[in-house]
Amino acid sequence: MAVPAVRVLEHELLVYRRVWRGSIFSSFLSPVLYLAAMGLGLGSLVDAGSGSGAGAGSASGAALAGVSYLAFLAPGLLAATAMQTAAGESTFPIMAGLVWVKSFHGMTATPIQPADVVLGKLTYIGLRLLLVVGVFFVVTVLFGAVAGPGAVLAVPAALLTGLAFAAPIAAYSATQRDANGFNALFRFGVIPLFLFSGTFFPIEQLPDILQAVARITPLWHGVDLCRSLALGTAEPVPTAIHVVYLGTMTAVGVAAALVTFRRRLVR
Amino acid sequence: MAIPSASLIHARGLTKKFGGFTAVDAIDFDVAPGESFGFLGPNGAGKTSAMRMIACVSPMSGGTLTVLGMDPLADGPRIRARIGVVPQQDTLDMELTVRENLSIYGRYFGLSRPVIRQRVDELLDFVQLTERSGDQVEPLSGGMKRRLTIARSLVNEPDLLLLDEPTTGLDPQARHLLWDRLYRLKQKGVTLVLTTHYMDEAEQLCDRLVVMDKAKIVAEGSPRQLIEEHSTREVLEMRFPVGVQETLDGQLDDLGDRVEHLPDRVLVYTDDGDGAATIAHERGLRPEMVLVRRSSLEDVFLRLTGRSLVD
Repeated sequence: MAVPAVRVLEHELLVYRRVWRGSIFSSFLSPVLYLAAMGLGLGSLVDAGSGSGAGAGSASGAALAGVSYLAFLAPGLLAATAMQTAAGESTFPIMAGLVWVKSFHGMTATPIQPADVVLGKLTYIGLRLLLVVGVFFVVTVLFGAVAGPGAVLAVPAALLTGLAFAAPIAAYSATQRDANGFNALFRFGVIPLFLFSGTFFPIEQLPDILQAVARITPLWHGVDLCRSLALGTAEPVPTAIHVVYLGTMTAVGVAAALVTFRRRLVR
Repeated sequence: MAIPSASLIHARGLTKKFGGFTAVDAIDFDVAPGESFGFLGPNGAGKTSAMRMIACVSPMSGGTLTVLGMDPLADGPRIRARIGVVPQQDTLDMELTVRENLSIYGRYFGLSRPVIRQRVDELLDFVQLTERSGDQVEPLSGGMKRRLTIARSLVNEPDLLLLDEPTTGLDPQARHLLWDRLYRLKQKGVTLVLTTHYMDEAEQLCDRLVVMDKAKIVAEGSPRQLIEEHSTREVLEMRFPVGVQETLDGQLDDLGDRVEHLPDRVLVYTDDGDGAATIAHERGLRPEMVLVRRSSLEDVFLRLTGRSLVD
């Protein structure tokens, strides 16, 4: 990374230093609440209804890859949390930098270039994601919802999932004059993906047509990648497809952000 | 004409277009080292667009421009490393402290931490914010924020300081404090380029200025030269009771070189304001208010464009 981009990252970390305590607390609290309510609470119904505990071989148990609902849910929620964190960090803070506070304009009045702003900001978002998914993973371990040491691979997988959202959303945010477009992005993008990309139930439960749609959504690739790695069921070909899909989204997003940020900052 | 290599800024035919709209229309100017140079004009005259091109954050649409002897398109980062920018709107980090705002800005220029520490102390002292150094920026007054922005623009010890509307929106006391700081910088030899739509600011700070109107430069010179060239020595201002001004029927027209009828008062341009006031009185005119003053840049602008600077 170019040196000026590191200075942008330095700025982001300086600002983050003011809020890190609250931020870590909420990245800890959120998975605790979700895993307790849905993984344990709702999960006890699911597991009882299917007649399957962890590792049991009934028909419904197979739908959950033969594991407890908690173990099924945790890696899916990990990927979904990465998406939500990425969406949050690459919308309003970008609007603040470009419009509300104009801190990006302050930066580009110095030797720092728009590309440095993009790379510095996305690196910061990457670190934030790493922190959030890292804390999430620790909570998952504490809940006893992890199959083995290989499950830790779900952390970089979730990071990649987050970046695949952060880069294109940041590029989009830099084309917006105000925050109105973000409501639509969350309502029609983030929330439906969160609900229907296999986070809470296998997409095989969806009607065929919706299943096909789900399979092309980026979150499904992230969820399936995280889940297969966490449960130790990952196969080489699907894993490669997931990684290439999410990697391409990240790369295209970065390329687009380089253009949209430049257009906005150099006029 | 100035020799380009001796100029810190050299512009010929400098043009900026946004789609079909021409914001800056082929302007020529030079700024010499140590000079304090102003763009005077109303809002929308093209001053900010010109400044942004000089600051290398806006590519020009036509003409030539060199800043510090370099080409803004090719050497943007190198030029920006040596200039300081005070934008029209503060871009301070509200959640950071006064000191952090300055140090992080120093980091943008790649300065080392010990150098930054020393400069930040000096700058805080210079803009009289030492006591607020640990405070967050958000609650500071407008004048303090502006001073912090100026301190921030000086963190790289720039050869050239660009100030876009430095005191717009500030109360008179804050403006005078700011002018005093800028005057000190000028005394130290810092080259200042500023835009303003306040004639008093231009008179206070500018050795030389260009008057801009509708994307073009309409006059150039020192404040004194401009007044001498485009206005009379004195101005007689008269305010009449409501309705009376419309009934004057040219009774004032021969009192001076030129007479301007503004909505709220009449301006008579003459070298002898008191004499003109006496004649008006002898003609039986009874204005509610009579004022004789020296001509200002406001009068120059009115003469050149037929409009007031501040609407």
